[in-house]
Amino acid sequence: MLPCTGRIDEALLLKAFENGADGVMVVGCLEGDCHYVNGNIRARARVERVYAILEKIDIGPDRIRMYNLSAGEGSKFAEFANEFVEQILELGPSPINVARTTTTQATSQEEAA
Amino acid sequence: MITGTPKPIEEILEMVEPYDNIIVAGCHGCVTVCRVGGEKEVQVLASTLRLAREAGGRKIEIKEVSLERQCDPEYVELMRPYVEDYQAVLSIACGAGIQFLAEKFTVTPLLPGINTGFLGVTERQGEWAERCQGCGDCVLHLTGGICPVTRCAKSLFHGPCGGSVRGICEIDKDVKCGWQLIVDRLKALDQMDNYGKLKPYKGWDAARHGGPRRILREDMI
Repeated sequence: MLPCTGRIDEALLLKAFENGADGVMVVGCLEGDCHYVNGNIRARARVERVYAILEKIDIGPDRIRMYNLSAGEGSKFAEFANEFVEQILELGPSPINVARTTTTQATSQEEAA
Repeated sequence: MITGTPKPIEEILEMVEPYDNIIVAGCHGCVTVCRVGGEKEVQVLASTLRLAREAGGRKIEIKEVSLERQCDPEYVELMRPYVEDYQAVLSIACGAGIQFLAEKFTVTPLLPGINTGFLGVTERQGEWAERCQGCGDCVLHLTGGICPVTRCAKSLFHGPCGGSVRGICEIDKDVKCGWQLIVDRLKALDQMDNYGKLKPYKGWDAARHGGPRRILREDMI
């Protein structure tokens, strides 16, 4: 977990997918409320670039989404998290995880044979 | 700096399709400054390729490297110990860097990950613009520091031409007339006499019309 979305870059977001995430939810401070002026605005631009990359390589752009919340909006955070989880469950496992599962199953079958 | 733009990922995926392990090589020079070929871009491109290939059912192994400069032999040589362990090098340096790697590593295929652009400046974060075409015969002292070869769409030496309307070039409403800029600047500098000093014709023999150019500094050899 990162304490500030201003630190997020595209490589970090893509790494999450490489590490097996089916979806990545980025939650930044409310726009206009960034302690570092525009860290969350830059984060949104980076999320959008990753969105475009995921679309081009058929991983599915809807697997990444940015939300803006203040630190005092706990219930809203839970609401957004549930909403995003629902969205990812609907999409199912990412093609990376599907490919990994297929490879693992094929290897197990070969070993069993 | 030398600028560039990323090649579409579809084109890069097609290029790397025959290979199972490659090096993605960035450069800490110009392409880092214009955010197209530095260490971060290496990470993003390598991740993107790994994800795309694995999702397609055929993994690719990638070594991520970023050289200080791909256009200088001392840095390029740092890749020599391991370059032949990989089937290809995908370089996101400028065309000069990519070619230099190809010259040095003769048995390894070199693939370009960017389209090299122009010699330009950073006008603001995320926006670069052309300023020099390396014509080899600079006249900026006569033109108020504004290059007629680059800033005039026709590279005229005695503009503005009839395509200049209210300071805008006929090629695009967002392109300022280079010669209007020059005249305005010369007036501001009280150097309009320079306008008449321009050579009757431009000698292009120092430009690339004679083929690839070379600079030889005997005092440094």
